[in-house]
Amino acid sequence: MKQSSANAGFIRRNRHFLYILPWMLGFLIFRAFPMLYSLICGFTDFHLFRGMHKTGLMNYIQIMHDPDVLHSIALTVKFACISVPLRLCTAMLAALLLNRMIRGIRLFRTLYYLPSILGGSVAAAVLWKAMFRDHGTVNAILTALHLPAMTWLADSRAALWVIILLRVWEFGAPMLMFLAALQQIPNDLTDAAKLDGAGAVRCFFRVRLPMISSVVFYNLMLGFCTALQEFNAPFVITGGGPRGATTLFSLLLYRSAFTENQMGYACALAWVLFLLSAAFSAAFLLLRRKLVYDPDEGGAA
Amino acid sequence: MRKTAKSALLRYILLTAGACIMIYPLLWLLGATFRSNSEIFASAGILPLHPVTEGWQRAFTSYGGQISLLKALRNTYLIAVPKVLLTLLSVTLTAYGFARFSFAGKKLLTVLLLATLFLPQTVLYVPQFVLFHHLGWIDSPQYLPLIVPAALAGDTVLVVMLIQFFRGIPRTYDEAARLDGCNSLQTLLYILVPLLRPVLISVGVLQLLWTVNDYMGPLLYVKTPARYPLSVYIKLSMDADTGFAWNRVLAVCCIAMLPQILVYFIAQRFMTPETGGIKE
Repeated sequence: MKQSSANAGFIRRNRHFLYILPWMLGFLIFRAFPMLYSLICGFTDFHLFRGMHKTGLMNYIQIMHDPDVLHSIALTVKFACISVPLRLCTAMLAALLLNRMIRGIRLFRTLYYLPSILGGSVAAAVLWKAMFRDHGTVNAILTALHLPAMTWLADSRAALWVIILLRVWEFGAPMLMFLAALQQIPNDLTDAAKLDGAGAVRCFFRVRLPMISSVVFYNLMLGFCTALQEFNAPFVITGGGPRGATTLFSLLLYRSAFTENQMGYACALAWVLFLLSAAFSAAFLLLRRKLVYDPDEGGAA
Repeated sequence: MRKTAKSALLRYILLTAGACIMIYPLLWLLGATFRSNSEIFASAGILPLHPVTEGWQRAFTSYGGQISLLKALRNTYLIAVPKVLLTLLSVTLTAYGFARFSFAGKKLLTVLLLATLFLPQTVLYVPQFVLFHHLGWIDSPQYLPLIVPAALAGDTVLVVMLIQFFRGIPRTYDEAARLDGCNSLQTLLYILVPLLRPVLISVGVLQLLWTVNDYMGPLLYVKTPARYPLSVYIKLSMDADTGFAWNRVLAVCCIAMLPQILVYFIAQRFMTPETGGIKE
């Protein structure tokens, strides 16, 4: 009797757990369970049509000795290290320009955000492919400006930049977040800095940037996490070529899992990506603790 | 006074230059769809010299097989509409639970929620594919693998975003509702959801855009050509046409982009993320 009333009390106290039950189920079925499953699979030679055998560390040893994988990891890190900071800097510049209530500012905001609506879409990638063709628009502009035309998509150094430029072009999401954060900075802070004789540049680095640093870090972390997974753009624009110059990690993973059906090896690759991504996140969190000013702890994230 | 006028002028010049670069690819795309294939890459200008509608006309003709542009468009929204509605439902309930109530293990669950924010989706593709394979969901006519995870609040970013906005509403609203006899679900429905309407519209629009742009999902889980959504169809038409019918491919892209841009512009009137529609 006492036991059941204690149980009833426990249920009553925790009844609002029901609200998060859908998420909880989704988390267990579609995230936690698959993660565990892929961890186990990584130590087997699981093939979709040939069954599963334990192979210990074989996959991971193979990964460490596969020049294609090592090249792809280096390439993916390079892609993230260039595209994310470049995208965020562009977004910040745009946000600073747009952060003034002048006539027509809403129109400008919309125009700057427009490309980002297309996000990682295939349509945007196809457009990019058309523009960077050998006889494409970008080369026509370069020729008109008396600059040398480039074989963008066939040049192993330029091809990665084509994809980077596509991602930089779509800077709308961080721009909106920076803009919202900039608008929250109290005016008296920047006014005080100006009275003390700080110029616009100094005011930005000493007052505004520190004030919105938590939003910047959030975008850095999320940006790296997304960039390390980039798939659509290289898949559509270059197909990973020329000669593997844009075979980012997701492309490699996709090929070994879904064209070669080597699920076990692909799971091991996926865990390598996971650890890489986690390492970057951890590094940013450490850096964040040192550098970020939190007006109300918890911050933007 | 002169100095501020000068700086405003400089700002306008920079803004306009930036806007031109941002918009040029899109305007070029629109112009290119009205060019003939021989003219399409002849110059970098936007307006076609001899406008033709060949590209648009041919965009609507099928490449053969069971899929056409309009069918692909319909398929895309067969996925997107239920996915957006179910996302709104599940994400609202979850965020409400996390933002307003305490229960056993909440701290741990919050950490898990935030951790999944940074869990790369790519890591999950292989095991999820195997899971859906065993469930018999691959190529399901209801697009179950694409919809069900989202229906269970799978898009954690949206949950976290909504939690922030729930926290922005003073709890006194909830208490007043409870004094008037509302239970917690009624408080959510009658008090909080109307207050959060602009944010919920943003959540819906974001999910819609993500879903329409998604390529990897349909690539893995949709096998029958008749069920292909637009993203897969565009890739197909590019592979089929590259080299000779760019105006047709670009017209297909243009038609794919238009509904998204339209939805965004309509929704923009209702979204005001700065205020969230709340006044103390």
